[in-house]
Formats: sequence, structure tokens, C-alpha cells
Amino acid sequence: MPEVKNVVLCGVGGQGTILASKILTTGLIDAGYDVKMSEIHGMSQRGGSVTTQVRYGEKVYSPIIGKGAADVLVAFEKMEALRYLDDVKPGGFVIVNDQEIPSLPTLQGACAYPHDALDRVKEKVNTQVIEAAGIAQELGNIKAANVVLLGAMVKALGLGDLDWDKALAACVKPQFLEMNRKAFQAGFQAE
Amino acid sequence: MKHILSGNEAVARGAYEAGVSFASAYPGTPSTEILEEISAKYKDICSEWAPNEKVAMEAAIGASFMGGRSMAAMKMVGVNVAADPLFTFAYTGVNGGMVFISADDPGLHSSQNEQDNRYYARGARIAMLEPSDSQEAKDMMVEGFRISEEFDVPVMLRMTTRVCHSKSLVEFGEVQPQEKKPFVRDLTKYNPVPAMAKLMHASLEKRMARLQAFTEETPLNRMEMHDTAIGVITSGVAYTYAREVFGDSASYLKLGFTSHLPEKLIREFASKVDKLYVIEELEPYLEEHVRMLGIACTGKALIPREGELNPDIIRRALLGEEPELIEYDKSVLAPRPPTFCAGCPHAGFFYELGKLKDVILVGDIGCYALSGNPPLNAKDIALCMGAGFSVPHGGQKVIDKFGGKERIIGVMGDSTFFHTGMNSLLEAAYNRSRIIMCIVDNRTTGMTGHQENPGSGYVLGGGKANDISIPEIVKALGISFIRTVDPMDLAAVRTALKEAMAYDGPAVIVTRYPCALKKYSPEDLAEFGRNTVPYTVDTEKCIGCKSCMKLGCPAIRFDGEKKLAQIDGNACACCGVCAQLCPKDAIGKEEK
Repeated sequence: MPEVKNVVLCGVGGQGTILASKILTTGLIDAGYDVKMSEIHGMSQRGGSVTTQVRYGEKVYSPIIGKGAADVLVAFEKMEALRYLDDVKPGGFVIVNDQEIPSLPTLQGACAYPHDALDRVKEKVNTQVIEAAGIAQELGNIKAANVVLLGAMVKALGLGDLDWDKALAACVKPQFLEMNRKAFQAGFQAE
Repeated sequence: MKHILSGNEAVARGAYEAGVSFASAYPGTPSTEILEEISAKYKDICSEWAPNEKVAMEAAIGASFMGGRSMAAMKMVGVNVAADPLFTFAYTGVNGGMVFISADDPGLHSSQNEQDNRYYARGARIAMLEPSDSQEAKDMMVEGFRISEEFDVPVMLRMTTRVCHSKSLVEFGEVQPQEKKPFVRDLTKYNPVPAMAKLMHASLEKRMARLQAFTEETPLNRMEMHDTAIGVITSGVAYTYAREVFGDSASYLKLGFTSHLPEKLIREFASKVDKLYVIEELEPYLEEHVRMLGIACTGKALIPREGELNPDIIRRALLGEEPELIEYDKSVLAPRPPTFCAGCPHAGFFYELGKLKDVILVGDIGCYALSGNPPLNAKDIALCMGAGFSVPHGGQKVIDKFGGKERIIGVMGDSTFFHTGMNSLLEAAYNRSRIIMCIVDNRTTGMTGHQENPGSGYVLGGGKANDISIPEIVKALGISFIRTVDPMDLAAVRTALKEAMAYDGPAVIVTRYPCALKKYSPEDLAEFGRNTVPYTVDTEKCIGCKSCMKLGCPAIRFDGEKKLAQIDGNACACCGVCAQLCPKDAIGKEEK
């Protein structure tokens, strides 16, 4: 088994980062990896920024990583991609959902939303941009955007051989399974 | 087969395997999911929300006395509330085994301080276990009950946020069904009056001596020998960080049973390594003990006492290594702080409170902690659960004594009122205060994720509860000025506040409206109904005055170019409070 890999998922409370990381960990465990996943509950759920960290390998000790340690960062929102960019190893990879969610200070006009956040990320690191919300909408449910991003993440991590159908079936309701399978594939095949 | 569980889920599984009869808790991050998991998955266990941690601890003690295995769970500041029964429970000891969970919050992810509760084990003279991950959390619950019964002591399982909320693999064990032990009347054990308690204290010291012998032998404390140039003494989640940083280039003394530290083991380990580090989160609890043994070590001289520990901090402190980072300009980032939700029943109420002149506003612990932030800027002071009326009372006495003109208003939520706010209100009623006390009843325990409470009409697991009325309690506690208002009706709020300000005595205002994120009960639907038509801004009428922005609603945006307010129809909770703020009547329901 390879050395320990580190993945960070970031976004805004309510975007489904936790479900995406749950499906990821389910697939990894089934394939025999040691896995640790860390998330924070509480105040951050009230519209604040949220992150989840997933670590996997033969043996994982710490449930969290420090700055500059993530192999892959998956940002569910553009400004959050820039906020957590220094979690990524120099030479790492960033997947960004092409979506802007304003924060209260920007809604209030107290400060500006950085509309060039994506350019600033691309300038620094290898970046894949995915219109996950649009893809999910086309498949029939915008809420599956998180599974579209999961598909892209699995590809970036080189984990395509694992049994993701089984992991999806274990984590989503049967009536949404087919749609989520399509969402996963769409993300996996996205350029 | 292994299962991926959070530390809290693992504690629940451990309780089930240990044959626990009774579990009680007051919700508090990061401990809340323990009881939720027990209630959802292990229905053999009688599980309950208590009004506060002291009550939870006492109920669990009663269950232990009657011969069942029992547990209580709480966040670290909850142990302060439960400390009174705990210190005497150490004297009486247990009948059925008893384990309680202290979930500490280094880094203050969701707390008002970052106290290190390991000192409670030493202070109360009880046993303590410190798990590093979910497997240990599960295993230590089971072993904790065995220790509790073998040594006749309460056991504290000391968790931290990262252990509670990180998920890792857990191998399940066999369930050990437990018979009820007989309760035998014994005043020397269960009746701590002075004459008896003296004997109990002597007995406690004997039990402590047995635990001191136990700590030297238990595999919960173990050496992991690798390269001996560096030795690390560590416990809890800090062990995983130390392993991450040093790998096999150091040896470890990994301590899991930490109320009584193994003197011989520490001496033996120290003698085998060249340089000794103590790596622990928050206070130098282990380090002080190692130093007391006359052993030289390095710990808090290099590793900060404050904040959550992580591998980076250890690398920087002990190895002088900085991670290589991507450099970029962070100044362009807009903050994304937590906010009141669209449709929050607190927002309009705090908007009105924030407008009052010559008022000092004391808040409490709950979502409304956010009421001090812009744009509401309402709250001035907060302290701890239930202090929202007693702090104003003492403050008002000093203001009045010196002839000041300020009035103090206290605000707390429904769950906080039941927790310790009732005592706080009684203080003001009894001592003839002239403060204004507001109970913002959102029909649930909001901050921690919608747990039932004595006012919500339901118990943990969804069963019906007795209907307990806040205004009737307030009246029974001696208050004659009571106004119940709909916080979504700002004119009614203003009237109630005006009357309360004119009243020369302890005044109470109760607001009653469900949390915007609450799943409505049938009773909620009958009482409050559901508005489903979003509001919108008439761009012809809007003058760009920003009055509606003062609510801080995340569904309202100000377009700086057009100088107009806009409402996001998907985010709008249809509450209509913003429409009441508009001087030009420009906000109305969307037309279908």
C-alpha cells in the first residue's frame, strides 16, 4: 500500500461535504485501507465555512493534518478554495466547484467577494474546475453536486478501481442511488 | 469486520457492550452525539436528556446505587456544574459501575473556555481514562466499567473534540449483559454525614492506593520502544500527533490510565531514552508529575498551553521545522462567520434590543451568542450557562447604588432557562431586582442541533413529555410582570420592551417561536403554521436606505451598484420580519 494520502474537503455549511467524505471513507475501508476522518461540528454549521479531512494508507495515526500537507483539496465553493489553498502541498491538486456563495459581510456590503478567487488559485496550483451544480441539475437534482465532486476527487486520487457502486449504495437512499451513480460518473469523467 | 465510528459513536457502542442500564446527559458540543447514538441504536439502554449536567450526574449516581451500570455525558464546562455530586460520589463509591464522559474542547471550537478537565480526576480522587481514537474510546468504556466496579470508584472518560468528532476504525466486542446488583442499606457507604464521611474518606484513600498499584500493571499504560535517542511521554489524541511527527525515530510511553501515573514505568522509560519530551494538549498535567519525580523533561517550555495541538505545532516546537507552503495574498478573502439563519426568531428580537438606549445587554450560551456581532451589535456581556439573569442582577445593584441610569437586560434561551437559568431568575425575583429578563423560547435546543428539552413537549427518542410552561414557572418563581410575545411581530416586541422598561421591578418577557431549522412537531404546526411564500423587494419603491440590512438576514443582499436591496427567494424563510423594517413598504410577498 502507498504512503498515507491526505484529502481536504472545504465548503459552506449545508453543501454536503460530510456525505461526500463518508462515501469516500466507505470505499476506502472496503478496499482495506486504514482511514481517519475529522470534522468539526458546532458554531461552524450556522453558515460558516466548514472543512473535513480524510487520511488513508496502511496505518494512519493523526486524524488531522497541518498546513501544506494535503495531496488533494476539494473546494465546494470558490472563495473557500482560496481560503484553504495553503492546506495544499506545493505541487498538489485542487478541484473547485464553480460556485460562489456570498458570506454575510459581502451581502451587507461590508467587504467585497473576491470574484477572481479561482484565477488566484489557478495561478498557484494545478486546478480542475467543475460545474458540479450545473451537472447535478441536468441529472435531476442539484443536491447531487457533492457526488459529482466526489467522482472527480476519486479520479484525482487514482482510486477508480475501488468499488464505488457499493460505497454509494451503502451511503445514499435507494431511491436516489441511480441518480447519484450518474453524478459520480459525470464527475469521474469531467475534464 | 471493522466499522468506521466517531469517538462519540464508539463511546455509545462501548456502553452497549458493557451492559449499561441508564444513560443521562445535557447536550453540549463536542459530547452531544453520545446520547443521540445510544437513543437511536441501543434501545436496551434507558437514555435521557437531563435539564443540566448536575442532574444528569445525580440520576446516573442513583442508577449506580440501585445496582445498574450507568453513565453520564457532558462537555467540559458541564463537569463544573456536576462537580458537587461528583466529589462526594468519590467518597461513597459505586454499586453498579459508573463512567462519565468529559468532552473537552481544546481550541474552543464551540466553547467559552478551554479548561483541562484532567485536573478533576486528581481533585475529586476518581479514576480517569484518556482514549486516543475511536477504538480506544470503545474499549475504554468497557474497561472503565470493570475498573469502576473492581475499585469501587467513579470513572471519568476524558475525551477531546478531535477524539469525539474524528472517525476511525473500530472492531466490536461481545456484549456483556449485566444483572442488577442488590441494593443493601449501608449508612457507612451511602450516607455521607460527617461521622460517616470521615470513614469514607479513609476508605477512599485505600481505594486510591490500590489504583496506584493498578496503574503500574495495566496495559492501558505501555512503552513502545523504537529508536531511543528521543523518548515521548504522551496521552490522548496527542499520542497520534507525536507518532505522526516522530514515527519510529522515537520511543513512546503511551498513557491511557492517567488519574494515577505509573511512577515505576515512567522512571524505567526515562532511563532508557536520551532526551525526554512530554507531549500533551493544554495544561502540563503529565509534565508536572514527571518533574515531581525529579526527572528532567521538556514540554510546555516549547509547546504552547493554549489552543488545540496538531502535528505542525509539535514539529515547529521540537524540531524547528516549518512546512513548505503555497504563498499567496489572503487579504482579499472575505470573512465567513457563522450567522443567524434566515427566519431565525432571535434576529428581529435582538434588532429591537440593540436599538435601546442606556441599556446593557447580557446574553447567555446558545445561538444568540452571535447577537453581539454586526450588524445587530446587541449583546455586551456573556459568561456561562444560566448567568444571563444573575450577572444582570448583581450589575444592576451596583449601577443603582451609584445612581447610574443604565438598565440591564438579560437574555437566555429555553433550554438554558431550564438548565440553570431558573435559579438565576429566582435570585432576581427574591432579591427584588429591577432587571428585565428575556427568555427566547425557540421550542428546541438550537445550537447543539435540536435536542428536546423540558419545554419542547418531547423526550430523547421522540416520546411525548409532560407539557411544561415557561410563563407558569416564571409566575411560580415570584414574578408578576410577564409578557409573552411573538418575536416575529416587532411592534409587539417594542410594546413589551417599553412596558418592561417602565416597570420598577423584575420583569420577564418570553418570546415563543420555533427555530428556523427545527423540524416542526404537529403541535408546532398547529400553533405557528408555515409561511411558504417568499418575500421580494419592489425595486420601484426601494430607496436603498439599508434599513432591512440591519437584521443581518443571510437571504438579503445589498446591490452596491444599483443601490437596492435584493431578497434571494430560495434562501428566504418567508418570515416577513424584514418587511417590518422597511420605511417605504417596498418589501412584500412574492406574487404567484
